Formats: sequence, structure tokens, C-alpha cells
Amino acid sequence: MTDLALEKPRSQWADVWSQFKTHKGALVGLVVFASLIFFVSIGPLIWTKDPTFINPDAATMIKTRNKPPSLEFPLGTDQLGRDMLARMMKGGQVSIAVGLVAMTISILLGTLVGVMAGYFKRLDGPLMRLTDLFLALPLLPLLLVMVLLFRDPLAAAFGPEGGTFLLIVSAIGVTSWMQAARVVRGEVLALKEREFVLAARSIGTPSRRMILRHILPNVVSPIMVAATLGIANAIITESALSFLGLGFPPDFPTWGRLLFDGAEYIQNYPQRVFWPGVAISLTVLSVNYIGDGLRDALDPRIRGR
Amino acid sequence: MKMKTALLGAVASMAFAPAAFAERGSDGNVKVLYSQAVSIMNAYLSSGTKDVEVGSLVLEPLAGFDEVGAVFPRLAAELPSFENGGISEDQTSITWKLKEGLLWADGTAFTADDVVFTAEYCMHPEGGCAQLAKYEGVKSVEAIDPLTVKVTFTGPKPNPFTAFVGSTAPILQKAQFANCLGAAAPTCTDANFMPIGTGPFMVTDFKVNDSVELAANPNYRDPAKPTFATLSVKGGGDAASAARAVMETGEFDYAWNTQINPELQAQMNSGGKGKFVSGFGTLVERIEMNMTDPSPDLPEGERSTAKHPHPILSDVRVRKALSMAIDRSLLVEVGYGEAGRATCNLVPAPAIYASPNTDCMMQDMAGAKALLDEAGWMVGADGIREKDGKKFKMLYQTSVNPVRQDFQALIKGWWNELGVDVELKSVDAGVYFGGDPGSPDTFQKFYADAEMYANNFDGTDPEPYVAGYTCNKAPSPENQWQGENINRFCDPAYDAMVAELIQTRDEGARAALIIKMNEMLTKDTYTIIPLVDRGRLSAHSNTLGGVVLNVWDSEMWNAQDWFRVK
Repeated sequence: MTDLALEKPRSQWADVWSQFKTHKGALVGLVVFASLIFFVSIGPLIWTKDPTFINPDAATMIKTRNKPPSLEFPLGTDQLGRDMLARMMKGGQVSIAVGLVAMTISILLGTLVGVMAGYFKRLDGPLMRLTDLFLALPLLPLLLVMVLLFRDPLAAAFGPEGGTFLLIVSAIGVTSWMQAARVVRGEVLALKEREFVLAARSIGTPSRRMILRHILPNVVSPIMVAATLGIANAIITESALSFLGLGFPPDFPTWGRLLFDGAEYIQNYPQRVFWPGVAISLTVLSVNYIGDGLRDALDPRIRGR
Repeated sequence: MKMKTALLGAVASMAFAPAAFAERGSDGNVKVLYSQAVSIMNAYLSSGTKDVEVGSLVLEPLAGFDEVGAVFPRLAAELPSFENGGISEDQTSITWKLKEGLLWADGTAFTADDVVFTAEYCMHPEGGCAQLAKYEGVKSVEAIDPLTVKVTFTGPKPNPFTAFVGSTAPILQKAQFANCLGAAAPTCTDANFMPIGTGPFMVTDFKVNDSVELAANPNYRDPAKPTFATLSVKGGGDAASAARAVMETGEFDYAWNTQINPELQAQMNSGGKGKFVSGFGTLVERIEMNMTDPSPDLPEGERSTAKHPHPILSDVRVRKALSMAIDRSLLVEVGYGEAGRATCNLVPAPAIYASPNTDCMMQDMAGAKALLDEAGWMVGADGIREKDGKKFKMLYQTSVNPVRQDFQALIKGWWNELGVDVELKSVDAGVYFGGDPGSPDTFQKFYADAEMYANNFDGTDPEPYVAGYTCNKAPSPENQWQGENINRFCDPAYDAMVAELIQTRDEGARAALIIKMNEMLTKDTYTIIPLVDRGRLSAHSNTLGGVVLNVWDSEMWNAQDWFRVK
């Protein structure tokens, strides 16, 4: 036997990457998102100021209130002289974590419900009525009830911040999966009648394998789009909850809270809303572009064109 | 706009005319801006402060409150008292003597019949009188002669200065309102919009929810007053734009209730066209200490009840240390500016009831630390104080409000410095003050170690307010968590003083008791940690003189004394 110098077979993911690379917006989005993650995760190790530090010396504290950007405070200070850069980093950690985790939960739930409803006819009715039920529920009162019921036990088990994090991501996740479920169900219903699915079924592929191997890869694109929108939604919902006093403790910075706190000072110190606003917008936009690129890259019909 | 400039020019040119206090109507026009527009001039048909205050330019009560909260006669010849026999010995009646020769703006005589009619008007069973509380406990009002009115109460009334006292209980003219009794009251639009009064001004034009034009009352009892010939009240806008209209653009002479943040205040002060005036009533922002254990480990129904005293805060030294760590003047500067001042009192006013207590004014971090050491709370390895293996950990809650969140952050910083681990919580104001017994987040339920809010008392008599801190008024499951004793403070000595206060009639003795009770709650036990006395803030132009801000009565209470600064 002699070794044949065959060209190395191309893996599917290499294909995806090469297609992804051609999408300029997606690349820029990836870079921006990566730098945001770098900013909030590595940043605090370099810029070690305490985001909740208020100068105990009253005279100094009064002097450092609402400062414009300077070398000491690159993004200025807030109304109590706290460093905005440190607060942006700390706030970003929470906001991005909330966004990603809540989005993951809601996408997992939505996909599960959508695929089940679309694929198994018997489950379609009950699951879709359940979706309707959730859609009809007013979100905020539901969140209020969840917070009331579970805040204390969770805070006792995981500490006030950990408990609130768990509560908020699950509350947002559990109340925002419905759109994804509907979209996925529609796609699955259409896919089920396609020839390749019929072919797979005719050779006796079990349902589990059908879903994982043939259905899911083909519904990735709508899921991706729903996911990217979900991150933005989760960040905004978290800030709304914090604003109502149901989210994190009031001295715990998140981007949404920084934005709300700054709104009062928008006339005199527009930078107070500018930075968190830009950070939220950049996160949402970059994730959207990444999603856009991924959708193109993952769709074999578009790939290679 | 041109018209406005022309008018302003006219006003300005008049400013260089004759000297102040010259004669009635010599100072031209004065412009007042209410950020809430006036919708009616009759105080009995509106509970809106703006309606009552603008109405008080026209309609007057028998007696009013001055800037320190003391009662002074307006239409009455003198104040009834025990000495002059005006108040009966058993406190069941009060007899008012009216000034002689008083005329209504239309030239007819003001008599005791008008006073009797006013009581009849408000206490009419079919009428929805907005100020009925002022006539609470009134059994009958009768005219003894044309200048004497006797008010009889259903029982002894320790504070008889309610009916016909203050701008919320003015006298109406019987001739004008005779057909407006009961259900017909709101239908008398002419009378309600342009009432005939005894005050310094009378209405010449009324536009609902927009503006009121007034002119000097030709029959006002002081022939030299008011010095302004006309007064215009314009409504609308918000606090910031109202302040701007006086302080920066100078379009108006007086702006009511311009509560804005300290930085904006400073910015507007530099406008140079006017100044802010602040008046202080009884509204005190305070931290309440929970004397009972709010621990979530306790069964529901026993949390924050007298069954379990607080494991940490029951020690007075700990509460005192927490109070000593607070820099109140910094809180004022951050949150309220000119509209607040540091206080150590639960009852900061009226002056006769205010304790001279100022021992909390200075922040004393070292003293606070020493006090905690003395109480046995030693700094542990992680910087948190501990005693017998228990960590000093506190939950500190308040309502959602930007100023309160700033206060929370600042106070948490100071307490952290003491070695106290503080967790903050903010609750939506609707829930926090909502009083729903089913919610764990109301301020009455107090499922926290410390909480912050502001409260005041109605009128000038603090008796019901200090009487709220007896043992039996603590919120608990038995009373559906209602009750004013938020701290669950319980001291038989205090309860005895409340009982004594209710029996005491002498003004001096009452004041002494109230001061003692106030100190018992604040500087003796630090059950309540007062922070800021919150006042009212209004703005007037530099050319308007004679303004004295009054928080006990209408802000327009002395409009007859206003004059143009030359």
C-alpha cells in the first residue's frame, strides 16, 4: 500500500468559518463583541478601582462629583464621585452575563418547545396552547410574583447577588421563549415534508436522530436571529427590573442601571448616559451582526456563493 | 412675546416710580407662576394645594398660621383663649369675636352669619366638602350677635383651631353662595371661579386650568394695602421651568414649589435675576431601626414582631454608633441643597415643640468605632465586626428614588467603614408605601434591619404623631400590619407620657412633654435616626420684596405685604 497524497478533507466548520469571514459586518461585530468581553472581564484586572468606592472624606467627595473625563477618571465620575470606568466594567460583566445566560435559557426552551410541537403532531396542540398562554400572560406582574416567591430562598442559598442573578436570568429566560418557539415550529413543519427528511425516515431513522441530525441544523438560522435579539431584550428587561427595585441591589452597577441613573443628569452631564448607552447599543448591534453572519455561514444553500 | 416684553417694560418702568409702602395699587402688576394650573378658587371643592393657595388671595379664614406655625387672627379681632374666655374651660366650645367694620369686596358688611353659613356649606350632608376634616367634631356653629360666633364641639377638643383656621377653611359670603349648598355646590361656577372675598385681591378674570387675573380689593381693611394694583397667576409647566422663569429669564416675580436638584439650584442662582426661599415644615427624612428580628429563618407571622428582639440592634450603643457614622450635612448637600437641612429631631417644628438637640450633627467615625468595640463587636479577620461568632450584617431598604439611592450608597460607605456589612435594597414606591398586608416589601412590615423614608404630621399639633410610638401601635399580623410604630419601639415610660400628653392642656407643659418624647425616640435611644429636615422651596425675583415663605399655611398668606423693590 502506498500513501496517496490526498487533499486533506475540508471540515464543515472550516467551511463555515471561510464563509463567515466574507461577511464584513459579522467580522467587525465579532471584533467589537470580543473587545467588549475583554473590556469587562480583563479590564477590572488592569483598572483596579473599586466601582462602589465613595471617598469617605466629604470635602474630596464633593469635589470629585460629576467630573468630566480626566486622566484620573477616564470616563469621568457620577453624582457621588464614583469612577465611571470601573462602574462600566463591573456593570458590563453583569449585563453581558445576564444577556447571554438569559438568552441561552430562552433559546433552549423555545427550540425544545418549537421542535417538539412541529415534529410530533400529538404535542402540537397542547404545546402551542401553552405558548399562547405564556404570550397572553402580562410579563411584569409575572416577574413580580416570581421575584416575591423566590427571592428570599435564592438569596439565602446563593447570597444576595448570586441569588438575584439566578432569579433574573431564569425569570427573563422563562418569559421570553415564545417567539422562538413559534418560529421554530413553523420551520420544522415545513422541513418535515421535504424530500431529504422523507428519505431519512424511509431508511428507518429514529426520531431523536432525525431531529438532531436533519431538523436542527436546518433551523439554526431562525434560532440565531431570535437569539441575537434575545440578548438585547434581556439586557433591557434587566434594567427595567432594576429600575423597579426588583433586580440587583441598588448600589450594584449594571449598564441598564447606569443608564437610568444618568437620565436625570442628561442635560448637564450627557456623558453619564452616553457611555452605558453606547455600550448597550454596541453589544446589541455586534451580536446582531454576528448572528447575521452565522446565519449565512451555517446555511449550506448560501455557503460558497 | 412682544406683548410680554412690553408688559415687562411697563413693570420695570414702574419700578422706578414712588417709594414702597406708599399706597394701595402703587406698584403695578405682580406675576406669579404655579407649575400646576389653578382650576377653582373655592378651597372647599378642591384638595389641590394650588387651588387653596391662589384662593387664599381672595378668601380669608378667621385666623391663619404664620411662618413659625403660630395661629394669628385675620378676620377675628383676637385669638380666643382660656384667659379671655374664648375657649370654654371644658374645651367643648370656642367663641370667635370678629373685627368691626369689615366689608366684603362688593361693599356689603361681613357678619357672623357668613361664618355660620360657611360651616353649613362645608358640613352639608349632601355636599362633598374637600376640607371636611377641618370641621371634624363640630357639633354646631351659631351666631350670638353679628360679631360673635360660637363653635360647639361634640366633646373636649384639645386643639380647637381647626374650623375657620388656615387657608383650607376660609369664610364664604352667604349672599353669593346661598344657593350653592350641598349637591348644588359644584354647579355654581361663577361663585366658585370668582368668589367675593375679604382678602387683599379680587378676581377679575378666571380661565380654568390656565390663568387667574386679580385686582386689588378696594374694600380691603388696610387702606394702604396691597401695594400691587393687579396680580396675575399663570399655571403650567414643571418645577424646573418655573424656577427658570423667575431665576434666569425674569418673566415672573414668584414661582411656587420649585423643588429641583442642588446642582440645578446653584446653576440658576448664578442667573442673578432672583433667589430661592426655603421654608421648613415637619417633613423629616429618617432611618428607622428595627427593634425586632426580621430574619427570614423565623416563621412567617413572627418575623419583625415583638416576639423576637433584634439580635444586633437591640443594643442602644450599636444604634448610636450607626448614627454617629453619618455625615448629615453632606447628605443635605448631595440631595437637597437649599431645600433641606440636617436635623437630629423627629419633630423639627413648630419652634416651640422642637428640641434643641444637635448632638448628631457632627460625624464621629472614631467615636462610633470605639462605641462598637465597647459593645463587644470586634473587627474580624475579613474586616467585618463580629460578636460571639455572629457577623454584623444589615439589610437597609428604602423606596426607589434617585436621592434615596444616593443616600443609601453614601451611608453604606460609612457603615462599611465601621466594619458593618450592609446589603441595600430598594423597593418600588407603590409597593413600599402601598400598605398591602400580603406584600413582604411594605415599610410597615419592615422585613429589614433599617429602612429610610420621610414622614411628617398634619397641621401644627404633633400630638397624634408622637402618640404613634406606643407599644400597641406596632404593626403586626394581629392588626394586619397597620400601625404607626414602625420601629416596634416599646417603652412603658413612653406610653405613660403619651397618656399624660393627652390630659395636658397647658401649652408650655405640652411642649416640654413633646420635646422629651422626641428626645426619647432620637438622642436617648436612637430608635429613629433623623437625617434631613426637608423643606419647601420657592423662588422670587430680586425686585419682589416682602416674601416670607410659610409652610404652615398658604404661600400667598402675606401677599398684601408684597412690594416692588426699588
